[in-house]
Amino acid sequence: MTTTATASELRRRPVPPLGGFRLTVLGLEVRRLLRNRRTLIFTMIAPAIFFLLFGLNAAYAGKPAGHGNVSAFILINMALYGAVLATTSGGAMISIERSQGWSRQLRLTPLTPVAYIATKMMTSLVLGFGSVAVVYIVGLLSGKPSMPVYLWIVTGLCVWIGSLLFAAFGLFLGYLLPTENVMQFMGFIMMLLSFGGGLFIPLSSYPHVLQDLAQYTPLYGLNQLVHVPLTGATVAWQWPVNVIAWLAIFVAGAVWRFRKDTARG
Amino acid sequence: MAMTTTDPVMGADALADAATPPAVSLRGLSKNFGAVQAVRDVDLTIDQGEVVAFLGPNGAGKTSTIDMILGLSVPSSGEVSVLGMTPQQAIRRGLVSAVMQTGGLLRDLTVGETARYTASLFARSTDVTAALRRAGVAGIADRRVGKCSGGEQQRLRFAMALLSDPELLILDEPTTGMDVEGRRDFWAAIRHDAGEGRTVLFATHYLEEADAYADRIVLIRRGVIVADGTGAQVKSLASGRTVRATLPGATEGALRSVPGADSVEIRGDSVLIHSGDADKVARYLLTETGAHDLEITSRGLEEAFLALTGDDDENPGGNR
Repeated sequence: MTTTATASELRRRPVPPLGGFRLTVLGLEVRRLLRNRRTLIFTMIAPAIFFLLFGLNAAYAGKPAGHGNVSAFILINMALYGAVLATTSGGAMISIERSQGWSRQLRLTPLTPVAYIATKMMTSLVLGFGSVAVVYIVGLLSGKPSMPVYLWIVTGLCVWIGSLLFAAFGLFLGYLLPTENVMQFMGFIMMLLSFGGGLFIPLSSYPHVLQDLAQYTPLYGLNQLVHVPLTGATVAWQWPVNVIAWLAIFVAGAVWRFRKDTARG
Repeated sequence: MAMTTTDPVMGADALADAATPPAVSLRGLSKNFGAVQAVRDVDLTIDQGEVVAFLGPNGAGKTSTIDMILGLSVPSSGEVSVLGMTPQQAIRRGLVSAVMQTGGLLRDLTVGETARYTASLFARSTDVTAALRRAGVAGIADRRVGKCSGGEQQRLRFAMALLSDPELLILDEPTTGMDVEGRRDFWAAIRHDAGEGRTVLFATHYLEEADAYADRIVLIRRGVIVADGTGAQVKSLASGRTVRATLPGATEGALRSVPGADSVEIRGDSVLIHSGDADKVARYLLTETGAHDLEITSRGLEEAFLALTGDDDENPGGNR
């Protein structure tokens, strides 16, 4: 380093490409998530245990459901539960980073907010993939779920990609709640939404009023859609509309809060 | 001029390529938080290679000013340029880095991971291990940040700030919460760095710290720069007293030539002369000029220094 630098020397210092997006950071972010025992238990182990609890019951598990059986149907439920919990957690981690001042620290680096959010989304998807994989492997090992091989892959992919909707929800929560306790709050909300989406108990067993209400909750449309490859059901217009509407709400909410957060007062 | 970068530097044409822009240039800088004026019309130029202490009590506007230099907040009015660029442009090039007072660390990462994370974000960075060693935290690279002491965390922040090999290093009350030995080691590392030509701007509310480690002290109080000079100059200002008298038609030039006058100020018919030898000034004013209604007070800068070392109840703008 010289004592003084000229204007042209200073300008020659490079700005990193892609807004500072780096695989090193993605790797470290995934490692952080995997190191968090509570996240692992809630997003990987709990969904697999729920499948073992609900998906193997001899009274109904073997009954046919579309191109497979009820056990396969429940397998998809639990994989979806795990995946959306994982992607929501990934986004909501931003809340913890904000409360620890890390987001502010990152503003002293070349990392752009867009590159940061892209990193978070990808981290969420890695965790979501892990969650789907664990549930499906446990399902496979249990020997109960039955569906053609291609449906294992197609439904698994649908669940995984569909969980992106909740990565947006996680970002919204992460920017809305600047608190270390966001994970507890999120766990509670996700449990409610999972009941609303019919992930744990079929909606048909709810009272009528609740059934009607449930159709407007954000896991309802997604849950219906990811089962379509298995059930072969005709897609009702309400399902994609539900997903798109909630995606729009989550993204708009996240953008709104994000703008507030990064507004340089 | 051919611009190949996607981030053209504002006003680049106006700057001769061979010129050395100041490390920091503040022009008419103000910052209001609602009705509170945290920073008022500050002008300040810091040249490359200077080691400058930003001295003032809590709430004087130090952190508000630093936030604007770093682009973390937008001035209510006035201009900031860092090394001839906007703060953001300088940060994206890794030209400026900062050690903030608190926060800014992830507790679940290790010391080494935090440094690697930070280093990877810059287009060019120095060796991570070397930076950790320099800041004295290489030995705890595998320790979780959450398990580190306050001093260790502060040294990690310092290591992070070194990673981009910045031309300008800004430290906001860097030794808060450190013990005496930690302070000494920390400043030894900073001095070593400054010796290599890095510009250093640090905020502090300890006069001794400013005096011991800075070439130049900028004293700020209630958002206004009240003194700017070497440690000796500022200390002599602080130790003096103010002579106030009514003297219609006085000019600044004439007042400065009064024996013993350190600084002068004219307010209407009143003149204020700050001096290390107030008696001499008073004697001169009463015998050689038509000054009357004379009073000598030990307020002003001295009061400011009392506030520096003691508790300051007033906290305009908060500590941010």
